[in-house]
Amino acid sequence: MTLTSKTSPVASPAPVGGLAQSRGTNPVLKLVSRIIDWPMAGLQRLIGERRMPYIFLLPNLVFFGLFVFVPIAINFVYSVTGGPALFPSERPYVGADQYAYLFECGSYVDPNSCREDHFWRGVYNTLFFSLFQVLAMVGLSLLTAVVLNMKIRGRGFFRAVYFFPVLLSPVVVALIWKWILQRDGLLNAAITGFGGDRILFLAEPGWAMFWAIFVSVWAHMGFYTLILLAGLQAIPADIYEAAEMDATPRWRVFWRLTLPLLWPNLIVVIVLSLIRAVQTFDEVFVLTGGGPGTSTLMVVQYIYETAFSNQVQNFGLAAAASVVLGIVLFALTLAQLAFTQRKSS
Amino acid sequence: MNIARLATARRNPKGWHWTDIAAYTYLVLGVLLMFGPVLWLVLSSFKTQASLLEFPPSLLPMSQKEVTVPGYPQPLPLFTVTMEDGTTRELAQVRRVGIQAQMIDPANPGQQLRVPIDKRVPVRQFALATENYTEPLERFAFPQFLANSVFVTVVATLITLLINSMAAYALSIYEFKGKNAAMLMVIGTLMIPITIILVPVYLVVTKLGLVNSLWAVILPGAATPTGVFLLRQYMLTLPRDLIEAARMDKASEWQIYWRIVMPLTLPALAVLTIFSIMWRWNEFLWPLAVLTKTESYTLQIGLNAFQGELQTQWQYLLAMTVMTLTPVAIVFVFLQRFITTGIANTGMK
Repeated sequence: MTLTSKTSPVASPAPVGGLAQSRGTNPVLKLVSRIIDWPMAGLQRLIGERRMPYIFLLPNLVFFGLFVFVPIAINFVYSVTGGPALFPSERPYVGADQYAYLFECGSYVDPNSCREDHFWRGVYNTLFFSLFQVLAMVGLSLLTAVVLNMKIRGRGFFRAVYFFPVLLSPVVVALIWKWILQRDGLLNAAITGFGGDRILFLAEPGWAMFWAIFVSVWAHMGFYTLILLAGLQAIPADIYEAAEMDATPRWRVFWRLTLPLLWPNLIVVIVLSLIRAVQTFDEVFVLTGGGPGTSTLMVVQYIYETAFSNQVQNFGLAAAASVVLGIVLFALTLAQLAFTQRKSS
Repeated sequence: MNIARLATARRNPKGWHWTDIAAYTYLVLGVLLMFGPVLWLVLSSFKTQASLLEFPPSLLPMSQKEVTVPGYPQPLPLFTVTMEDGTTRELAQVRRVGIQAQMIDPANPGQQLRVPIDKRVPVRQFALATENYTEPLERFAFPQFLANSVFVTVVATLITLLINSMAAYALSIYEFKGKNAAMLMVIGTLMIPITIILVPVYLVVTKLGLVNSLWAVILPGAATPTGVFLLRQYMLTLPRDLIEAARMDKASEWQIYWRIVMPLTLPALAVLTIFSIMWRWNEFLWPLAVLTKTESYTLQIGLNAFQGELQTQWQYLLAMTVMTLTPVAIVFVFLQRFITTGIANTGMK
């Protein structure tokens, strides 16, 4: 916000040739920009105009390198070394032992038979969660986008209402629902009001998973609704007019016209929500803590706990698990790129 | 907004189709489901500890009316009592003994009455328990968390705006060797979420000596691929003549960036500012991993820690949750249009 308010916006026409004049009313900012101007001009004289783009790129790429690319490399190092030490130089090489440990299972269908059963529970929970969460997410955001695209009053208001939870932090979202779902909460009050028995929603494995999915759809569907709504609004209106002339039934218009034209956006939403679902952590972690037992433990929570919150910090095992997760995400991203390429060609 | 007019108004002149009715029903239910939980949180946060424990809960924050009666040091709770003859009176309770309550009439405190407890109903009034909001500020490190979150959000957003706009400027205005490689790097980082490089980023931050410092939260996410894309896309639409004209005037490349391109990119910078504030204010997994000392917690981490410790003190937890979501709600109310168009244009958040 600071930047926007400090540099007083210059509306068109742009100040061509007006560089010498002072712009902006804030004297401090004026002084600062004078002070930066001088060494940057000197630098340009020193290295030449053609090398200046590298100077502009440098800070961003240093950050990318330090906090993304170097870590990717180190991650592989971690995954093939053992021991509790944090610094790679102090860690003995163990080859593929971490991966072997992770994948040591009597039967992959039964997490109990695995050496690292929490990892496999995480995998199965994440798969189950992702499948139903993406189905519900795509279905509901499509429905909402279609409804919002109809000729209705107060569209802006309704759109804002569905979008609002997207901006809430995962902790806030989880606490809002925890308060509603608790033993003496609003939902149980409604159930007993209708003569039912209280349900301990977050203490029963099936219910806990249901609410984990529900809450995460609640929190994020506004985002996907917005993407689909933008797609719907990009469909030219005259196509619909032609259909209206022929008195085509609405469901048929939707099935034959809207859905095929929206398909590229729908693919983006499916893959994007899948990529996010596989990485689910925050809301579920605060809502259920992975429980009861391990019934809502996700892969990312497993990685976090293995590396940071267990008694023995096992960086190697966590890194191996995150390499596996990374491969899955990479495959999903490639799928998305392939689909969007086809869309543009 | 006039609900009746809103519900009956229609733009389709041919009359009502059943889908119109279904659409409005769906939307009204949606408002209830999306907004209701937040409203319930806010209402609950103003309830006293005692009324939070009630089941079923009351809709509005209510608390029992109390009166001060001469001769009693503490204020006494008021009840509506049904007397044996069927009349009702408002009495204050002095103490409860088993299933009997000793009560007095506030107007006539000399005379004590014994009343069975099932014959009395508390007198309640609408009251906001504002102490839920003031007490955490004194008793817990909440102000510290708030300050940490504000610091992280402001500094990180400023850094992000600066370095992302510089990179976007280079990638949109110039042709140079390695430009494609640089673009590829930016796309590459889009595919690497923090979730899969948690451990090595922790190592880098440790090597830099930043563990438990707020800079450990600020720096790793400062360069965002989303921001570079968003700004680059916008800068590509700027007229090139402008830049050429400035060069003719002997402006340095930095001056062109800072004095011409940046002011013209303000709409896109505004969108990125809002995004960055949201990202930083709400960030959870990374701060959770890297901040282990209470004094360096951000709001989100502090709130998460509280929800483990304060399970029995929901009144504070709810109030702190409301305080945490308030800035976001304010940003939303005023800048909703920016955010929605930003997302619709980029497909990112």
